[in-house]
Amino acid sequence: MSDLENNPAQIEDILALAARWRDEGEEVALATVTETWGSSPRPAGSQLAVTGSGRMAGSVSGGCIEGAVADAAAETIRSGRPQLLDFGISNERAWEVGLACGGKMKVFVEKLA
Amino acid sequence: MTPEILNSLARARAQHRPVVLATRIAPADAAGAQCLLPDPAAPAELNSAADAALAADSSRTVRAAGAEWFLHVHNPSPRLILVGAVHIAQALAPIGAMLGFSVIVIDPRRSFASPERFPGIAVRTDWPDEALDELRPDTRSAIVTLTHDPKLDDPALDRALKSPAFYIGALGSRRTHQARLARLAALGHAQPALARIHGPVGLSIEAVTAPEIALAILAEIVAVRRGAEIGAKAAA
Repeated sequence: MSDLENNPAQIEDILALAARWRDEGEEVALATVTETWGSSPRPAGSQLAVTGSGRMAGSVSGGCIEGAVADAAAETIRSGRPQLLDFGISNERAWEVGLACGGKMKVFVEKLA
Repeated sequence: MTPEILNSLARARAQHRPVVLATRIAPADAAGAQCLLPDPAAPAELNSAADAALAADSSRTVRAAGAEWFLHVHNPSPRLILVGAVHIAQALAPIGAMLGFSVIVIDPRRSFASPERFPGIAVRTDWPDEALDELRPDTRSAIVTLTHDPKLDDPALDRALKSPAFYIGALGSRRTHQARLARLAALGHAQPALARIHGPVGLSIEAVTAPEIALAILAEIVAVRRGAEIGAKAAA
């Protein structure tokens, strides 16, 4: 484990950790909460980093949509194309994923070049 | 995200410079473009939205220049300035760092202010008033005095009261605190300024150990920073 991961002060600094992973030669996608409505556990700006090898750090929800976001991240790593994901009760995919809190949110997924 | 953007962002953060990372998120065919704001070359509309987001310390999505942008606020970390490198400071420093504060410990007594007692934390051994004159606490700073020694605490509280720090706390019993307020009043600090000092410091959670007291203090700091309603403390 790197110093960054060991340092509790860096728990919130997902971007720095993502950059470190990329510098280590990993392919990295970064997911960022861009908008929330109603009850959602993590505010806009919250981030989840995912690598091609499956490492993860951070969060974009209380755990309900991390799996779906990681799948989208894998796709963005493959294609290089960013995605804007929409999760909410009105959205069928979100129902499947289950945003149990009843909130709605948008998550932007991009690849670190 | 390009390495250039990532490096500029890392540089701004290392220099404690407030910046906004703007990302175009819609329309889909033009998504992904990024820039750091403020930037004179960017549309005025986008720059003023970034200023507003920085002032509110809140990341948000805005519609500007015919597109949808996510404005990610990167403000410098708030500061937690501890006067007194005592046992409680040893608990406050790592928990404060975990909560995202940039922690600075001040104590001219070198036996207390040894780097070995505060791994990875900035420790200063100048006098608290001189240190605070140099640190210039701002609206994103919290200051807590912990020495119980008026020679160290009082000059620090004097400087703290002259600053716009969002939180000032002083460790000590109610009786100690009354005596302290009288001394600060003699230095020319009147009510309501003196009421800015949280003393006894921290939320009432019957804390006993140093980490528990640190938790009570940081819980109060978070509550003040986030504008939470805190229950009135029980009377002595």
